[in-house]
Amino acid sequence: MIATVFFYMFAVFLLGSALLVITVRNPVHAVLFLILAFFNAAGLFLIAGAEFLAMNLIIVYVGAVMVLFLFIVMTLDVDFAELRAGMAEYLPVGLFVGLVLVVELIMVFSAWALAPEAMKLRMAPMPKDVTNTEALGRVIYTDYVLYFQLAGVILLVAMIGAIVLSLHHRKDVRRQNIADQVSRRRNEQVALVDVEPGQGLES
Amino acid sequence: MSHLDFTAARPEIALALMAMALLLFGVFRKSRVVDAVNTLALMALAATALLVLFVPGSDRIIAFGGTFIVDAMARVMKILVIFAAGIALVMSVHYMKWERMERFEYAVLMLLSVLGMMVMISSGGLITLYLGLELQSLSLYVLAAMHRESARSAEAGLKYFVLGALASGLFLYGVSLVYGFAGTTTFAGLTQALKSGISIGLIAGLVFILAALAFKISAVPFHMWTPDVYEGAPTPVTAYFAAAPKLAAIAVFVRVLYEAFPHAEEAWRQVIVFMAIASMLLGAFAGVVQSNIKRLLAYSSIGHMGFVLVGLAAGGQEGLRGVMIYLIIYLVMTLGVFAAVIGMRRDGRPVEEIEDFAGLARTNMGLAFAIGALMFSLAGIPWLAGFFAKYFVLLSAVKTGLVALAIIGVLASVVSAFYYLRVVKVMFFDEPKEPVDPAPFELKLITALSVIFVLFYVVWPGPVTALAQAAIRPFIVP
Repeated sequence: MIATVFFYMFAVFLLGSALLVITVRNPVHAVLFLILAFFNAAGLFLIAGAEFLAMNLIIVYVGAVMVLFLFIVMTLDVDFAELRAGMAEYLPVGLFVGLVLVVELIMVFSAWALAPEAMKLRMAPMPKDVTNTEALGRVIYTDYVLYFQLAGVILLVAMIGAIVLSLHHRKDVRRQNIADQVSRRRNEQVALVDVEPGQGLES
Repeated sequence: MSHLDFTAARPEIALALMAMALLLFGVFRKSRVVDAVNTLALMALAATALLVLFVPGSDRIIAFGGTFIVDAMARVMKILVIFAAGIALVMSVHYMKWERMERFEYAVLMLLSVLGMMVMISSGGLITLYLGLELQSLSLYVLAAMHRESARSAEAGLKYFVLGALASGLFLYGVSLVYGFAGTTTFAGLTQALKSGISIGLIAGLVFILAALAFKISAVPFHMWTPDVYEGAPTPVTAYFAAAPKLAAIAVFVRVLYEAFPHAEEAWRQVIVFMAIASMLLGAFAGVVQSNIKRLLAYSSIGHMGFVLVGLAAGGQEGLRGVMIYLIIYLVMTLGVFAAVIGMRRDGRPVEEIEDFAGLARTNMGLAFAIGALMFSLAGIPWLAGFFAKYFVLLSAVKTGLVALAIIGVLASVVSAFYYLRVVKVMFFDEPKEPVDPAPFELKLITALSVIFVLFYVVWPGPVTALAQAAIRPFIVP
């Protein structure tokens, strides 16, 4: 009973905030609504018993990705109103494409045949003595360790590539050297001078 | 997951660790880092080759739940890929100094691309295959764009990246279809699932996968990127592109077609035959109008891949052995030609236009002779090695009844002879220009060894045939 109430609460907030993400005028508000949507999605995951995914969603998406995104939106001067200017013009075409997709989906799903075991397997209970995290760990680090490690190497190559192609040591750019800044002493940098009135400062 | 799984992947694990160690070494060492990293990278490749040779265990090891296979073909192809990478790395040493693009990451990326190719060659399932493919492609995109002062290099890298990403998308779409209709992604599982009949969805998935792989070997109609990327990328990188990834992709072709989809033979044979004909013809006709040697070699490689596909379409022991012999001979010829092209510089600038080769025979007879011999061999003139490569694949096509395909191959070979021989004509019969700068020793050595191989293959073909025979052993039905 209480789970059902929470399910509908999370679902309604999720859909509502998702809708607001694409309709509000202010891009910062859109990002904030997206964060709200993620929180509600995490709630749904919790109800479904996937606590690891729920926490991941909050830590990774809300904690890291969205904060970064918020920074970008705040620093970039993106005028969403201008981007949305042609909306009325493209609306008929968009609606037509959407309609075609809906008809196609209906056609696909009306001809869909489920495997006889599928419904039963869907109901298969989770083993009681294995937690979510443990099960995921077993899949990632034991069954598919080869895939996991290879994906890691691919990300490493992406990182090396980005650095190789964009890092450029230029001589004419002054870089901050914190050690130099910290080791400055007053008597090397500042001189106290008694200035006589009307005489000015000798350089 | 067992101890044996990691034993099977020992060369790959070692190579990955050595590449990462080299990366750290390069970052933390301050002076003369490039030479040291290049030398260490060569040693790492040699060590990996030794590990490949001595993977303990039976003839055919299946690891990681069927997704990783180490068999005779994997061993032979891995050795060849490592060999090609080593030669390409040696060829880069002076070029990087000349063009002021010395970066230690170059060797590290090359090692990582070799790792990707090794994973591709050993893949026993579509996901392993995809990960290997992506690892090698990503490294190659960066290598192509490595020369930062050259706009053409950046263009080559970007073009290769965008089209490569498209090919990856096609591949994944095909894999999702295959997985949806067969319920498995391992090759052994697919063979099992296909025994009971093939649905149209599986065929569609297979065609998408073949299209993506054809992109990697630059077979027509997925060749568009080849001339631009070959021309724009730094020349040693081009040499590497022309040699190693093609080998790995053909090995994957053999695995996918003969290990995963042997029951869909009628379906994929049409695709392969079409790509073979289109590649041979386009390679022959489009090469005629090229004036840049790197673009010419790009079309040449498209044509050669067409011939390899002929052998693949013919199949069976003779066809596959023809494919392997072709690949070995193609590898040696390509590396030899590129070594000669890299070494040709006039007043410190690369010589890439064919008309600048004019009269080379009178100013530098040795180089002109070497390029001439390699051009004759690429054209398939008897009795050079290139002739036998074509002979074996065409013979296997005739024996399996693909006579029309073989005839088109011979005709395309005649047309392509025109542009190879034009290079020879320009070198030997045109008015000489200024002499070229003397090439460094290692480039001369690579060219010379390649010429010796090409000239004397006819006398002693045994080792190449034995190597090819060893490679195809897993695919011969007893």
